[in-house]
Amino acid sequence: MVAYTPLIIVLFPLLGFLFLGLIGSRIKNEKLIGLIGSGTVGLSFLVALGLFFQMTGLHPEERKHVVELFTWISAFTGTASSFSVSVAYQIDQLSILMTLIVTGVGFLIHVYSIGYMHGDPGFWRFFTYMNLFIFAMLNLVLADNFLLMFLGWEGVGLCSYLLIGFWYEKKFTGDAAKKAFIVNRVGDFGFLLGMFLIFVNFQSLNFDAVFGRAAVLNPNSTMVWITLLLFIGATGKSAQIPLYVWLPDAMAGPTPVSALIHAATMVTAGVYMVARCSILFALAPATLEVVAIIGALTAIFAASIGLVQNDIKKVLAYSTISQLGYMFLAMGVAAFTAGIFHLMTHAFFKALLFLGSGAVIHGMHDEQDIQKMGGLKKYLPTTYRTFVIGAIAIAGIPPFAGFFSKDEILWKTFSGEYGSVLLWVVGALGAGLTAFYMFRLVSLTFEGDERFDHHHVHPHEAPKTMTVPLQVLAFLSIVGGFVGIPASLFGGNTIEHWLEPVFAPANDKLRLTSHSVEWTEYLLMFISVGIAVAAIYAARTVYLKRAELAERWKNKYASLYKVLLNKYFVDEVYDKTIVNPTVKISEGFLWKGVDVSVIDGAVNGSAKLVALAAQGIRRIQTGVMQQYATVFVGGIVLIMIWLILK
Amino acid sequence: MNNYLTDFWQATPIVSLAIFALLTLIVDAAGKDKPVLSYWMSLIGIVVAAGFSVASLGASTPLFNTMLAQGGYSSYCNLIFLGSAFLCIVLSRNYLERLQYHRGEFYVLIILATVGMMLMAAALDLMIIFLGIELMSICLYVLAGFIRKKEKANESSLKYFLLGAFATGFLLYGIALIYGTAGTTNLALIGKSFPQLSHNSLFMIGAGMLIVAFSFKVAAVPFHMWAPDVYEGSPTTISAFMSTGAKAAAFAVFVSVFIRTFDIGGTKLSDVLAIIAAVSMIVGNVTAIAQNNLKRMLAYSSIAHAGYMLSGIAAGNIEGETGILFYLSAYVFMNIGAFGIISWMEQQDDKKLTFDDYAGLSSQHPAVAALMAIFMFSLAGIPPFAGFFGKYYVFLAAVKAGMTWLAIIGVLTSLISVYYYLRLVVLMYFRDGQASIEEKVSAPAMAAISCAALFLIVLGLYPSLVVDIAKGFFKI
Repeated sequence: MVAYTPLIIVLFPLLGFLFLGLIGSRIKNEKLIGLIGSGTVGLSFLVALGLFFQMTGLHPEERKHVVELFTWISAFTGTASSFSVSVAYQIDQLSILMTLIVTGVGFLIHVYSIGYMHGDPGFWRFFTYMNLFIFAMLNLVLADNFLLMFLGWEGVGLCSYLLIGFWYEKKFTGDAAKKAFIVNRVGDFGFLLGMFLIFVNFQSLNFDAVFGRAAVLNPNSTMVWITLLLFIGATGKSAQIPLYVWLPDAMAGPTPVSALIHAATMVTAGVYMVARCSILFALAPATLEVVAIIGALTAIFAASIGLVQNDIKKVLAYSTISQLGYMFLAMGVAAFTAGIFHLMTHAFFKALLFLGSGAVIHGMHDEQDIQKMGGLKKYLPTTYRTFVIGAIAIAGIPPFAGFFSKDEILWKTFSGEYGSVLLWVVGALGAGLTAFYMFRLVSLTFEGDERFDHHHVHPHEAPKTMTVPLQVLAFLSIVGGFVGIPASLFGGNTIEHWLEPVFAPANDKLRLTSHSVEWTEYLLMFISVGIAVAAIYAARTVYLKRAELAERWKNKYASLYKVLLNKYFVDEVYDKTIVNPTVKISEGFLWKGVDVSVIDGAVNGSAKLVALAAQGIRRIQTGVMQQYATVFVGGIVLIMIWLILK
Repeated sequence: MNNYLTDFWQATPIVSLAIFALLTLIVDAAGKDKPVLSYWMSLIGIVVAAGFSVASLGASTPLFNTMLAQGGYSSYCNLIFLGSAFLCIVLSRNYLERLQYHRGEFYVLIILATVGMMLMAAALDLMIIFLGIELMSICLYVLAGFIRKKEKANESSLKYFLLGAFATGFLLYGIALIYGTAGTTNLALIGKSFPQLSHNSLFMIGAGMLIVAFSFKVAAVPFHMWAPDVYEGSPTTISAFMSTGAKAAAFAVFVSVFIRTFDIGGTKLSDVLAIIAAVSMIVGNVTAIAQNNLKRMLAYSSIAHAGYMLSGIAAGNIEGETGILFYLSAYVFMNIGAFGIISWMEQQDDKKLTFDDYAGLSSQHPAVAALMAIFMFSLAGIPPFAGFFGKYYVFLAAVKAGMTWLAIIGVLTSLISVYYYLRLVVLMYFRDGQASIEEKVSAPAMAAISCAALFLIVLGLYPSLVVDIAKGFFKI
C-alpha cells in the first residue's frame, strides 16, 4: 500500500478550495470552475477507489493503517497525563467506506451542481465552499483521533452554515443558517465534554489508545456519561430528537447542498461517530438503549410529519431525519454493520431524491409546492424515472438497495439481544409511513392532473450534467444493496464481513452471537414488504384515483392534520420555552445587567486604571540619562538585598 | 597549537561569517561608493553561515579547550540571529537609499554584530560570553547613530553606549566574583559545583550581577530605560535588529547560563528572575498603551516580550528552554515584520510614525495592511499564529515550575497588550485616512516580510516543527 495515499485523498479538495477561494472570483469561465471543483473531488474518489481495491487484496488484519503527518499539539514530557495530538489519518474498513461515499456521491453532486448553479453570480463561491466541505468531511472520517475528528466536525458545520446561507440576500436563508449553526453548537458542546471526559479517563485522544484501553474495561457509569455526551453531539449533527429542528430549515440552501450535506454525508457524521466509538458504547448498555429509543422515536415522528408537508424539499428533509433515526436505531440495538449499511444505501437514494427534486425545482422555475405541480412525468421523463427508483428504494421494496439495509435493521431490532418487539413495531410502522409519504410525493409531483399555471410555467427537462448524475445514482440505488444480501436470501453479506474487524471488539464485549436463519426472519421480511406495498397502494389510491379522499380525511381529522402540518408545534414550543426566555434573560439580565454594569464597568474601570498607570510610568521616562542610571542602580540594590538577606 | 588550528576550521559558521565581514570591509574600502556590492556580499555570507549551521544542527562538539561549542544548540540560535540579520539587511537597503544614507559599512557592522551574537550562543566560558557581548554591542552602538546628522540618532547612540558601558561594568564584576568563588570561568565546571556554590553569598552576588547585565541586554525592567529612546532614535531597521537579533542573543546567553549550566529551580536566583519577569510584563504592557509613536510602542512591547520569555528562564526547566527557543523563533519574525512595515511607511524627518498615520491603510495597500495585521495578531498571541504557542509554552513552563502566579500575570498583561496591538488593526481597517503613501514597496522587502508572515502561520499550525528540534538540545 502506498503510505501516503490518504494524504493525497485529503489534499485534492483542499487544493481545489485554495485555488478557487484565492482566484476563483477572477475566473469568468463557469466550465473551468466546475471542472476544477468537481475534478478535485473526482480525483480523490479515484485514489480512494484504488486504495480500496488494494485493501481488498490484503489480509483483513493488514487492511488498517495510520499515516501520521505531524504532531499537531504536544504538551511535552513523557508523563502519563501528557497531551499530544497528531494530524494523522487512519485508513480502515470503515473509514475507506465512508471516504468512498463522501467522494463518490460528492463527485456526482458536484457535477450536477455545474448545471444547477449555472448563471449564479456566486458560482465560484459555491464550488469553493463545496470543496472545503469535502476536505472537512474527509478529515472527519479519516481522523485517527478525537480532536482532528472534531476539527472536521466543526469544519463541516461551518460549511453547512455557509452553504445554507449561500443566497445571503434573503433574510430567511440567513436565519436558517444561524439556526443550524446554533443548534449544532448545543450538540458540539456535548461532544466537547465527552472528549474531555475521554481524555481524563484514558489520558489520550487517539482512537487506538482509547479503544485499546477501553477493550479491557467493564461496563461502568463513566462510560455511560461519555457515550451520552457523545450521543448528544450526534443528535445535533445528525438531526435527532431533540436537536433535529435545524434540518428542515436548512432546505433554504441550494438543492445540491441539501443532497450532499443535509442528506448523504454530513448528517450521517453522528452515525459514523457512534460506529467509530462502538467499543465505548458497548461498555454502556444504558446509552445503547437511549440511542435505540431516540432513533426509533425520531424515525416515526419525522415520518409522520412528512405525511402532510407540501414543500417538496421539506418532505425529503423529514424523510432524512426519519431515515437517520433508523440508523441510530441500528446503532442502539448493536447492529453497527446494519447501521453503516443503511447509511450507504441512504446516501445513494436520498442524494438521488434530492437531486431529482432539484431537477423538478429547476424545471418549474423555482416552484417547490407540490400542490402546484402534478403530471410532470411528461415533461421530465428522466427525472421521473430516476425519482421513482429512489422512491421504491427508500420504501423498501426488494431488490432495491433500501430493502436490504432497512430489513437488516428491522430484523436485528426484532431478534437482537438489545432489541425488542416494541421497537420493531415502531420501526415497521415508520417504514409504512415512509412508503406512503414517498408515493404521495411521487403522485402529487409527477402524476395526476397538471395543477401549475401553464401561462407562466413551462416545465422542462434538466441538462445532461444534471441527468447523468441522476442516472448513476439511480443505478446505485438499485444495485447498492447487493453487497449486503443476508444469508437467509442466499447472499454473502459482503459488507458485514468487510466491517467485521472494526466492530469485533464491541461485539465481543456485548457477547453478540450470530444467528442461524430462522423462519421468523422470512415472516418479518414478508410483513415489512407487505406494509410497504400496502402503503404505496394506499398513497396512489388516495392521491390519484380518489383525490376526494384526501380532502375528506383532512376535514375529518382536522386537528391531527393541523398538528402534523405544524410539525407538532415543536418549533413554537422551543421558542416559548427555550429561545424566548434565553433572549429575555440575555437582554434584560445578562446584557443590561451583567454585561453593561458589571463587566463593562470592570473593564472600563480597569482600563482607566491602566491608562492612569501608563501616564504615571510614562513620566519616569524623562529622557535624562542620569535618571535612567539611577533607576538601574536602584534595581541592582534591590536584587542584591534580595539575594543576600532573604 | 595544531589542535587549535583544526578547531578553527571546525567553528565554520562563526569563522565563515567573520571572514565574509572582513572581506566585505576590504572590498567596501577599496571600491568607492558601491554599497550594493557590500549588500550582496553580506547576504551571501549570511546564507553560507546559515548553511553551515543547518549542517551542524544535530550534534554539538566543544572546541578550543571547551571555550566554544559548535553545533546543536548554538547552531539553532545561529539560525535565529542569521534570519534576523538577513531580513534586516534586505529591509535596510531601500530604507537607507530613501534616507540617502546607503553606505557599505552598514552591512559590515550588521554581520560583525551577528558574529558577536553567534559567539554568545556558542560560549562555554564566561570570557567568551563577555567577548561576544562586547563585539555585538559596539557594532550596535555605531549602528544606532548611523544617521549621524540626525540629532535623535546621536542621542540614541550615546545613551545606548553609556548605559551599555555601565552594564558591562557589572557583567565583568559578576564574572570576577564568580571566578573568585568557583575558581574557574568554565561554565560546565561552575555548573558541577553549583549546588555548593548556591549557598555562597559572594557567588550569588556574582550571579546576580550577571542577571543585571543580561537583563539590560534583553531590556527587562528596571534595566530597560534605554530601549524606548534608543529604538526611537535609531534607524528603524536597526531598531528591528536590536529588538530581535540582539535580544535573542542575550536570551541565548541567559538560557545557556541560567538553565543549561545552573540548576536555578527553587533558588533565590529563580525568585529574582521571576520578579523581573513580572515587573517587565506589567510595565512594558501598561506603558505601551500610552504611546503614540509606533517605534516607542514596539519598544515597550519588546520589554513586555522580554518579560514573557524571562518567565521561561525563571522556570528553569526543559519546558522553559524549549519554550524560549520557540518563542524567539516566532518573536524574531513577527517583530522584524512589524518594524519592516514601519520602515517602509516612515518618511524623512521621522514622519509617518504615529498610529494615526495608519488609518485607512487597508484600502490603499491591502497587502501591507494584511501583513501588519498578521504581525499584530501574532504579537498579541492570538492563534493560529506562532506568537500564541510561544506564550503558551513559556507560561506552561512557569506553571510546571510551580509559579502559577507568574503565568497569571503573563496572561492578564497579554490581555492589556491586545488593546494596543489591535488598536493599529482597527485603525488600518475601520477608519478612513488621508491618502498618504504613493511609494511602492520594494519587491525584495515585500518578499522578506511576506516570508516572515508565512513562517508565523506555518509555525502556528505546526509548532512541533521547531519544538521537536529545540527539545533535543536540553542539557546536551
